[in-house]
Amino acid sequence: MAIVSMNEKVIVAENLTKKFGDFTAVDHISFGVHKGEIFGFLGANGAGKTTAMRMLSGLSMPTSGNAMVAGFDVYRENEKIKRNIGYMSQKFSLYEDLTVRENIRFYAGIYGMSSHFIKEKMGQVLGELHLTAEGDKLVKSLPLGWKQKLAFSVAIFHEPRIVFLDEPTGGVDPVTRREFWHMIYEAAASGITVFVTTHYMDEAEYCDRVSIMVDGRIDALDTPQQLKKTYAAESMDEVFLKLARKATRAAD
Amino acid sequence: MTAVKINNVVKTYGKKKEITALSDISFSVSKGELFGIIGPDGAGKTSLFRILTTLLLADNGNVTVDGFDVVKDYKAIRQRVGYMPGRFSLYQDLSVKENLNFFATIFNTSVEENYELIKDIYSQIEPFKDRKAGKLSGGMKQKLALSCALIHRPSVLFLDEPTTGVDAVSRKEFWEMLKRLKEQGITILVSTPYMDEASMCDRVALIQAGKILSINTPQGIVETFGKKLLAVKSTDMLRLLHDLKQCEEVQDAYPFGEYHHAVMRNDSKEILRSYLEQRGQSFELKEAEPNIEDCFMALMKTS
Repeated sequence: MAIVSMNEKVIVAENLTKKFGDFTAVDHISFGVHKGEIFGFLGANGAGKTTAMRMLSGLSMPTSGNAMVAGFDVYRENEKIKRNIGYMSQKFSLYEDLTVRENIRFYAGIYGMSSHFIKEKMGQVLGELHLTAEGDKLVKSLPLGWKQKLAFSVAIFHEPRIVFLDEPTGGVDPVTRREFWHMIYEAAASGITVFVTTHYMDEAEYCDRVSIMVDGRIDALDTPQQLKKTYAAESMDEVFLKLARKATRAAD
Repeated sequence: MTAVKINNVVKTYGKKKEITALSDISFSVSKGELFGIIGPDGAGKTSLFRILTTLLLADNGNVTVDGFDVVKDYKAIRQRVGYMPGRFSLYQDLSVKENLNFFATIFNTSVEENYELIKDIYSQIEPFKDRKAGKLSGGMKQKLALSCALIHRPSVLFLDEPTTGVDAVSRKEFWEMLKRLKEQGITILVSTPYMDEASMCDRVALIQAGKILSINTPQGIVETFGKKLLAVKSTDMLRLLHDLKQCEEVQDAYPFGEYHHAVMRNDSKEILRSYLEQRGQSFELKEAEPNIEDCFMALMKTS
C-alpha cells in the first residue's frame, strides 16, 4: 500500500451538490482524500461519478457546497486546480498521429514545463516504460496496453498533486491491467494522490479507501476490508451489488 | 446441430497486410448454445463478428452460419441473424417505437408478431416509447438495441461487447436476460473483455492478439490450469509481491483482488510458507481455485 499522509488532505468536499434543472446529479457529498492515497470512486452508471469528478477537477461549477482541491477553491480558483492535477479518461486521449516523444512534449508544454525539465524527464519516463526504442514511433502503432500506460505517464508527467483516472483499465488485458496498477502504486508512493473510477471490482480491493455513490450520494466510504465487514460480504463485488441495487435512479 | 462453423479464418488489415487481426481461427458453435468470446480490446473480437455477420470478408478460410456460407449466401444469413454492434447504431432521431417498427418492417414482420420474444426486455423501456433513441440512458439504449436485434426472431444472435463500460449491477441483469433468451432456443454468440462473465456461458473461446488461446466450458478451462495456485496477503502488499516474485518456487505472482496469487512450480505450499516466514512479514497463506482470469494470464504468457 502507498504511504498515506493522514494529516494532509488534498481533496476536501463538504455538501458538494450539482443540480441540472430540478435533477440533483450530486447530492450533498462530503469526504476527504489524503495525500498519497489511492482513492477508489465507485458507483453504478448514472450515480453521479462523472459530475462529481468534473466539479473536483475545476471543469464544472457546483450548485452549492464547498470543495478544496490541491489547496484551491473549486469556485474561485478552478484554473489553478486544472494546473495542479492530471487527468486520464477511459477513452484513449493521446494524439495518434504524433510520436511518443511529441505527445509527451505537447502535454508537458501545455502544463508549462520547461524544455530542460521535459528533456530530463522524457528519458527517465521512456526508460521506465521500456519505450526508449519506440520514442519516435507514432502512437497509433503501439499496442493498446502500451498506449494506456503511456497515457498514464503523460497524465502525471508534470508531477501533479492529484491524478484523476476515469476507468483507466477498461478493455485492457489482465496482464497489462496489473502492470497498470503497479504504476498507480508507484505514483502513490511518490506522493501523488490517485483518484480512480473502475468497473472492475477486484481493482476496488487495490485502493486504500473506496467510496460508493448511489443516486448522487456517497452511501459508503471506508477501506475495502472494513466495507466487507460492515456489509457482511465476501468480496467488494458483493458490497457493490448490495449498495447499488438500492438505487432508484435510472442509469445515465 | 451446428449453428456456426468457422474454419481457418485469417483476416489482415493494411496495404501490405501488415496487421493480423485474426490468424487461423477455427471453432464451431452448436445450436442453442450461449457461446462467449472473451478477450481484451484489439484481440480480434469485432473483426470476427463482422465476418460472421457478412459485413467483412475474410482473407482466407470459410465460415457457415446456420449452414449458409457467409460469402455465397450472405443474403440468407442477413435474414436470419441478429446483430448488436459494440457501438450504438440505431437511429438517434427516431423514437424508441419508431426504431423497433423500422427494424420489424425491414425484416417483413411486425412488432406484434414477435412481441412475446422481446416482451421481457422491451417492457422495461416501453414507458419511454415516444422518446428519441438519442435521449435514452446507456442501459435503456442497450435494451432497445437488443430488442431491435431480436424483432425478426433470429436463429443466431451476435452481441459484440454488450456490457463494456456497464456497471456490475447492470451487467448481471443483462446476463440474466441472455439466459432467458437462450431458453427460447436462440443461439447466442457474445463477446466481452470481462473475464468474470465467462462463467455465464456454456462454452467460451479465450482470444488474444488474433489467436484462440483455449476453447472449452468455463469449468473445463479452469481444470486445465494444471498448477498449484496459492493466495497470500499481508499488510504490505507491494513488498509481498516483490518477495513472491523473488521466490524460486514461484513461477508467477500477481495481484488478485484482496490477495496476491502465486502460481507454484511444484505442489509446494509449505516451501512458500517457510520462505515467507524468513522474510519476517506476517502473512496469510491459503490454497486458491484458479478462475478464468488466472487461466487467461497463464495462457497469454505461454503462447
